[in-house]
Amino acid sequence: MSWLIKSSIGRKFVQSLSGLFLILFLLFHVCMNLVLIFNYETYNFLANEMLGANWWAIVGTIVIFFGFGVHIIYSIFLTLQNRKARGNIRYESSSKTPATWSSKNMFVLGLVIALFLVLHLYQMWYQMQFKELFMIEGARHDSAQLVEEVFSNIWVVILYVVAFIALWFHLTHGFWSALHTVGWNNDIWMKRIKMIGNVLSAFICIGFIAVAVLMHLGYSNLLA
Amino acid sequence: MDKDINIKVKVWRQNGPKDKGHFEVYPLENISQGSSFLEMLDILNENLINEGKEPVVFDHDCREGICGICSLYIDGHPHGPDEDITTCQLHMRTFDEGDTITVEPWRSTAFPVIKDLMVDRTAFDKIIQAGGYTSVNTGGTPDANAILIPHDQAELAMDAAACIGCGACVAACKNGSAMLFVSAKVSQLALLPQGKVEAAKRAKSMVAKMDELGFGNCTNTGACEVECPKNISISNIARLNREFLKAKFKD
Ligand code: HEM
Ligand code: SF4
Ligand code: FES
Repeated sequence: MSWLIKSSIGRKFVQSLSGLFLILFLLFHVCMNLVLIFNYETYNFLANEMLGANWWAIVGTIVIFFGFGVHIIYSIFLTLQNRKARGNIRYESSSKTPATWSSKNMFVLGLVIALFLVLHLYQMWYQMQFKELFMIEGARHDSAQLVEEVFSNIWVVILYVVAFIALWFHLTHGFWSALHTVGWNNDIWMKRIKMIGNVLSAFICIGFIAVAVLMHLGYSNLLA
Repeated sequence: MDKDINIKVKVWRQNGPKDKGHFEVYPLENISQGSSFLEMLDILNENLINEGKEPVVFDHDCREGICGICSLYIDGHPHGPDEDITTCQLHMRTFDEGDTITVEPWRSTAFPVIKDLMVDRTAFDKIIQAGGYTSVNTGGTPDANAILIPHDQAELAMDAAACIGCGACVAACKNGSAMLFVSAKVSQLALLPQGKVEAAKRAKSMVAKMDELGFGNCTNTGACEVECPKNISISNIARLNREFLKAKFKD
């Protein structure tokens, strides 16, 4: 199993599996958020009864943290190794080879996502599951209300939008790149996989952004 | 119509592997646009020799796009700004009167500069030595219909075999990755029945050698495919990943 660390394709394999896992998590997450637009009670039920301090929610949380951890640690190693392989001297005439912007900036995009993640975890996860688990004063159970409060601040909404645009760029390259890395690609499937990746990225990012913006506009109250 | 043009070439000069290196700008007059890029460098070198200076060192051999020894990173592109050609096939009609043309060596840790524009590409030879061959005994020449190979399979193998090992893919890659080269060399054999026998071992040892020599991790930017003079497709990289992962899971 040491090839998962020692070999370049092994490292890429881990990076792509962890990335695909995170995409699955995001798909679940965005679907759950979308519930919020339609119904407060259902959302509260999902967030508290289904995903409170239950054993499965805790295990799930640990697995997701592990997924992020692996993805981020590997991304640092891959990026450092690649810089070293490239060497210190830049091309004087720069690189004029056309390549997608995302593909050249995966680490920076990831960094934006990681910074956003810190804010997001503090504002949401820490206030709900973490406080409940560790018996800290003021654990929130009115999830929908908390979300509404957080998104009432326009700056938070703006940060969310920026982060999800970064995520969109990350995923438009990341999805097909991950499938390419696990070997599931050829001349015929390339176009299809890129298309599926674009649709998936758009769904995830528009979904998250829509919830943040609509909450800010008080849309959910109208329906409640 | 081809004209005679006056240009400047800005060339990387480096006395040896240890030297820091720097750029020199040389003006050249009345260069025919009908001449090749390397002929232009020949003229430059003749001028330098006549002036008692050291000529610019660069790799070249066949000068017809088949040997893979010419390199040169010209104006932001390996093998220059023209499409699907090697440096030796580049013509001066790609450039205009008054242009300053920047000429650099391939830049990658695994391809250290030997002198001026010449880089050491023995890393590629070492990768081939690690497994880029078949060692099965195929006996005498069998009848062509003894081993049937589907047409599309044969075509894909032939496309992969077009790789001339020039290293432009590594030079273009922001990660200094050699995956396009290695994937072409693995694919040209893995696609054919005679090569399949040792496919697993080949993929593992060639990738191991590639990693050991300090090439980077491929992140699928696709820059290699754009600059490859032989149009090697990155689909080969997916195939290499597949072959490698299959081999590892079989262990
Ligand atoms: C929700 C969060 C994220 C998702 C869904 C995600 C998804 C992906 C996917 C699918 C890939 C492609 C894997 C491959 O090409 O083999 C990838 C690559 C990568 N990610 Fe992420 N990622 C996320 C967060 C991050 C974070 C936080 C960082 C770093 C701080 C990061 C850095 C990278 C890097 C450097 C690559 C490698 C680029 C490449 O190999 O193409 N990602 N990501
Ligand atoms: S894959 Fe293309 S660019 Fe790379 S060594 Fe072969 S011919 Fe040159
Ligand atoms: S000199 Fe042989 S390919 Fe250019």
